[in-house]
Amino acid sequence: SLTGFGNLMQDVLWCFSQVKGTIDIGVTEADIISTVEFNHTGELLATGDKGGRVVIFQREQESKHQPHRRGEYNVYSTFQSHEPEFDYLKSLEIEEKINKIRWLPQQNAAYFLLSTNDKTVKLWKVSERDKRPEGYNLKDEDGRLRDPSMITMLRVPVLRPMDLMVEATPRRVFANAHTYHINSISVNSDYETYMSADDLRINLWNFEITNQSFNIVDIKPANMEELTEVITAAEFHPHHCNTFVYSSSKGTIRLCDMRTAALCDRHAKFFEEPEDPSNRSFFSEIISSISDVKFSHSGRYIMTRDYLTVKVWDLNMENRPIETYQVHDYLRSKLCSLYENDCIFDKFECVWNGSDSVIMTGSYNNFFRMFDRNTKRDVTLEASRENSKPRAILKPRKVCVGGKRRKDEISVDSLDFSKKILHTAWHPSENIIAVAATNNLYIFQDKVN
Amino acid sequence: MFVRGLKRKCFDGEEDIEGTLAGIKAIPSYNLQRQSLLDMSLVKLQLCHMLVEPNLCRSVLIANTVRQIQEEMTQDGTWQMINTQSTGQASLDRLVSTDILCRSSREQAEGKHVSGYSTFNKDFDGSQAQDSSETMSTASSLQAPRHLQNNAWEMENPQENKGNFQKSLDQIFETLENKSPNSVEDLFSEVDNSYYDFDTMLTGMMSNTKMGHCDGLETFSSPTTTASNSNCKSDLNELDHIVEILVES
Repeated sequence: SLTGFGNLMQDVLWCFSQVKGTIDIGVTEADIISTVEFNHTGELLATGDKGGRVVIFQREQESKHQPHRRGEYNVYSTFQSHEPEFDYLKSLEIEEKINKIRWLPQQNAAYFLLSTNDKTVKLWKVSERDKRPEGYNLKDEDGRLRDPSMITMLRVPVLRPMDLMVEATPRRVFANAHTYHINSISVNSDYETYMSADDLRINLWNFEITNQSFNIVDIKPANMEELTEVITAAEFHPHHCNTFVYSSSKGTIRLCDMRTAALCDRHAKFFEEPEDPSNRSFFSEIISSISDVKFSHSGRYIMTRDYLTVKVWDLNMENRPIETYQVHDYLRSKLCSLYENDCIFDKFECVWNGSDSVIMTGSYNNFFRMFDRNTKRDVTLEASRENSKPRAILKPRKVCVGGKRRKDEISVDSLDFSKKILHTAWHPSENIIAVAATNNLYIFQDKVN
Repeated sequence: MFVRGLKRKCFDGEEDIEGTLAGIKAIPSYNLQRQSLLDMSLVKLQLCHMLVEPNLCRSVLIANTVRQIQEEMTQDGTWQMINTQSTGQASLDRLVSTDILCRSSREQAEGKHVSGYSTFNKDFDGSQAQDSSETMSTASSLQAPRHLQNNAWEMENPQENKGNFQKSLDQIFETLENKSPNSVEDLFSEVDNSYYDFDTMLTGMMSNTKMGHCDGLETFSSPTTTASNSNCKSDLNELDHIVEILVES
């Protein structure tokens, strides 16, 4: 297997593979990628953007004649998932931005995915059509109805091959269940249900039923003036269909068991790290807010991302994480500026590799970071057009904190905070990663010998 | 030398309250920081009502920060202190650049912040001697205090102010809860309109005076990382626009 850092404990060398998106200097806001997700086999890679569109890439079959191409991803389907809406009751616009995409495991020839904006979840079916029927009796080739009295013979329509067409159709629309903004969706391991989480509530849905959902978590206080904490992310356990976790803006994670009660307001486990008094400031709570939570593929660990760190927690230990990785600690002295320009509220995601041995998350200046949990080594790489020669090896980047800056280093003050890597994805079994940099999608692969 | 003279002038009014000179150096800087953070947070909370629908997580985090500051200020009694200062001085105290706000406490202990504070000297008439590069910041500083004095947002009564803060927070969450077509107007019906116009200015003020400070500070202090904000390129256009407005007015 090609997962992790290899059997020889050598560092993986990451190479540029592809980049999708325009090079234009003026980026239209609608093109900004807001979510990236591989499907369960890694054959498909989906992106959602602020304009409500979904683009699905498919990996081409590996060819013996072009072994170095290693299966490139090409556009497979593009469709408009969500449109902007207007909530007349509140006099507010509802953005069409796709917050999350989650794939369902493939059960037949068609692919299914869930996509969501702030208010509505949709189930999309993506299927191929490469044949079409010809020889209808009641209509002619142009589709016009024929006069029945003119028909003298009957024939059986036949299926004839046609150019491959990939069509996406909305099969279910799950609407009107969220007062607040949806931040997460998660497919359950039973493949029959899924959950959607907003700032204050989590709902459980059955895929077949769109006019009902069960509310399983509700943290809305009776008096909104008492609101001090919101839900920031939620996910089902990969194997136990009764278990899920959700994170909060106060840096806590709650694990809930749906078997204990219909309303899971009481957690089964509560994960929180005690605060470090030496690091206390007015920004402590803000930077402790968890922006993403992900179960490991094994289901034994959860990973959380807060503003400055990534933490790995063992489900059996609630009082502190087992591992903490510094993503960009040099920002700790800049928190006030980052508060002023709102960057401190940026929500970074985090991902596991297929074997749970390496974790990855994004940073600023189009940097992203990987941490090897076994060797404890980490690397900072950059998604930029300068490193976009085919199969060019990515050079590790380094941020200089103070004192003398070496030639290849970049100083903290030169970082571009408008270039943030919030969304990344890792192929389920191979060393292929997708990194969203504003309106560009970068695909990197490990070096083939 | 120039710096020291100004420093004593600035802190004159506070000597009897603070006591030792060391006390004057250390305490106001933290209070200054804290007050500016409070002001910035309130502006953020108000501004977020201008958006499509406020991001609840962000609003909650900012509101919690405001509460934290309030609690701390109530505990150490500085809430009362604001009331004893003259209106004009209080306004100036609060118009602190982001640069000072974000300076590390170590640098402040060394007194470097004071040179920055000195450009907010009450005696604006005497500011002609300063660098011409500071003219823009001082000119715009002049605008704001006058505006503030006419402004109902002025903090006169600590109890009332406390109530106002709480009311603002409550209003914000109630508004989020009961969003109706008139709710945005309702929220602002109890807030003086001149404040609402001012908040954009205040945000601009902070960035603007920070730029002015950078120029001034180069003369007095050793290089510090003052340019951290300049990397947010999206702010610069807004900044230019606000500067235009201020300079023209």
